[in-house]
Amino acid sequence: MVHGPLPGVARAYGRGMARTPFSPAFWRSPLRGPRLTSLLGVVLLGGITVLFLTGLLSYAAYNPDLSPVNDKTPDKGILGFYLFSWPTDPHWLYRLNQGVHVTLGITLIPVLLAKLWSVVPKLFTLPPARSLAHALERVSLLLLVGGALFEFVTGVLNVQLDYVFPGSFYPLHFYGAWVFFAAFVAHAALKTPAALRNLRQLREEKDELVSPEPAEATVSRRGALGLVGGGSLLLLATTAGQNFDGPLRRTALLAPHGGAEPGTGPGAFQINKTAAYAGIDAAETGDQVWRLVVVGRTGTVRLGRADLLRLPLHSAALPIACVEGWSTSDQWWRGVRLRDLAALVGYDDPPDVLVESLQRRGAFRRAALRANQVADPRSLLALFVNGEELTPDHGHPARVIVPAAPGVLNTKWVAHMTFGDL
Amino acid sequence: MRPRIPVGSPLQILLLACSFALAGYAGVRLFADDWLGVALWFVGAAVLHDLVLLPLYAGLDRALVRAAGRRREWISYVRVPAALSALLLLVWFPLISGRVAGRYALATGLSADGFAARWLLLTAALFGGSALLFVVRVRRATKDRPPAAH
Repeated sequence: MVHGPLPGVARAYGRGMARTPFSPAFWRSPLRGPRLTSLLGVVLLGGITVLFLTGLLSYAAYNPDLSPVNDKTPDKGILGFYLFSWPTDPHWLYRLNQGVHVTLGITLIPVLLAKLWSVVPKLFTLPPARSLAHALERVSLLLLVGGALFEFVTGVLNVQLDYVFPGSFYPLHFYGAWVFFAAFVAHAALKTPAALRNLRQLREEKDELVSPEPAEATVSRRGALGLVGGGSLLLLATTAGQNFDGPLRRTALLAPHGGAEPGTGPGAFQINKTAAYAGIDAAETGDQVWRLVVVGRTGTVRLGRADLLRLPLHSAALPIACVEGWSTSDQWWRGVRLRDLAALVGYDDPPDVLVESLQRRGAFRRAALRANQVADPRSLLALFVNGEELTPDHGHPARVIVPAAPGVLNTKWVAHMTFGDL
Repeated sequence: MRPRIPVGSPLQILLLACSFALAGYAGVRLFADDWLGVALWFVGAAVLHDLVLLPLYAGLDRALVRAAGRRREWISYVRVPAALSALLLLVWFPLISGRVAGRYALATGLSADGFAARWLLLTAALFGGSALLFVVRVRRATKDRPPAAH
C-alpha cells in the first residue's frame, strides 16, 4: 500500500512548503477515499456486532449472577441487565459461540488495520475541532480506536496465555468491551448512512480522505482489498481448525490449540490446564486417600472411588469448549449423574451446587452450577472418558462435565460438592 | 455575544453525550483496579498503532517501492507475501517468539517449540508461491510477445 513518507523524509520531498502529516498533501496514497473506508466500515459494522453479541453470551454462560465464585466482575451493575440462566441445550452452544467469537475476532484483524490505515489522515485534521459537536466526536474517536485496539489486543494475548495486560482478563475485556461499544454505536449511528450512500454511488465523492496530490498507483484498490481479504482468509484458515479433533486441528498451524493432540490413547484430547500447572499432588488423588465430600439437606456424605462406582453410571457425549476459542469434538464421558448425587443428600428436586477442586491455583478452582445444569441427565461427575479412567490432566479421579457450559465450569479434580440454593 | 466556537449538530451532541455516559459507567469499572495501567494500555494502543506501527509499515512499503524503481510490476510479488507473513507474526507473536513457552507447555501439555518453525515455513511458502507465480507470468508474457519485439 502506498502511503505518505515519514515525517523526517517529508522535508526532502517538499516542493516549497514543508509537508507534515497536518498538510493534506502529505497523504499521497491514491487508494484512500470514502468508498474504501465505507466498505471496510460496513464489514466491521457487521463483524464487531457479532463479536459483541457472542461476547455478551459468553459472559452470561458463566452464570455470574449465580454465585460470587463465578463472578469476576462483581461491580458490573446494570451491565449485567440481560443475564439469564444459561441453558444446557444444544450441548454445543458454548462451543459454537466461543469458536465464532475468537475465530471471527482474529479474522477481522486485517480489516481493522486496513480501516485504521484508510482514515489515518483524519487524525491530523486541522483545525482540531470545527465545532463543539466535532470536538466531542474526536474525543469519541479516541474511545473508539483505543477501545477497539484494547479489546483485540487483550483477546489475542489472552488466547496465547500472555497475561501482560494490567489486571485480570475478565474485567478488562468485559468493561473494555462496553467502553468500546458505547463509542462504536455512536460512530455507527453517525457514519452508517453516509457509508451506505458512498457504496451505492457510481462515482466517488471527493472528501478529505482523497489525496489532493496522489502518488502513482502501485496497486489497484481491488488489489488492496484482495490483500486485506487474503490476510483474513489466511488467519481464518490457520485458526478455525482448533475447534475440531483429528486432521482438521492440524490445519490450525499457528493457533494455540492447533497441531497435535497431547499424548496418545483415550485421553489424548486438548487440555486447558494440566495437573502439574494446577498444582495437583498425586498423593491426594490415590484411591486410598481421595474422598468426595457431598453436602446437602440431609448432611454430609463421604464417597471413595469404589463407592461412586457402585452408584448407577451413565454416559454422555460432550465437548470441552474453552473461553479461549478452542474446543474438542464430543468425548464419551461416563460417571455419576449430578442429580443422583443431589438425591443422595436429600434433594429429589435438584438445586444449585458449589463444586470445589483439589487444585491450588486458578481463578475457577471453585465454581457454581445452576439447578437446570444439575438437573440435566447428561451432567455428570465423570470417572471415565472414552472408555478409560480419566487421566490426571483430565481431572482424575473425578471431574464435572455439563452440556454447553464453558470449560472452566467443568471442574477437574473434584473434592467437594455442596448442594443447595445459592 | 456569539460563541466563538460553533456548536454543530444538536442531535450529534445528544448522541455523543449518551455514548460518553455509557462509556463513563463502564470506564469507572474498567479503571477501578489499576487506572494508570489501563489508561496506558488504552491510549497507548492507539498511539502505538497510529504513530509507530502504521508509519513503520508504510515506511517499509515506500522503501520497497523506491527500491523497485521502474520495475513496478515486481512490487506486489514482494509486498503481498511480506505483508501476510508480518500479519501472522503480529497476531501470534507471543507464541512465535517463545515468550510464553514455559507457561504454554506446562498449562496445555503441548510442545511450545513448533510455532517459530511453522511461521518460517508459512513465510517460505508465501514467498515461494509468489516467486512461482511471478515466473509463470513472466514466461507467459514473453511467449505471447511477437518475436519482432525482442
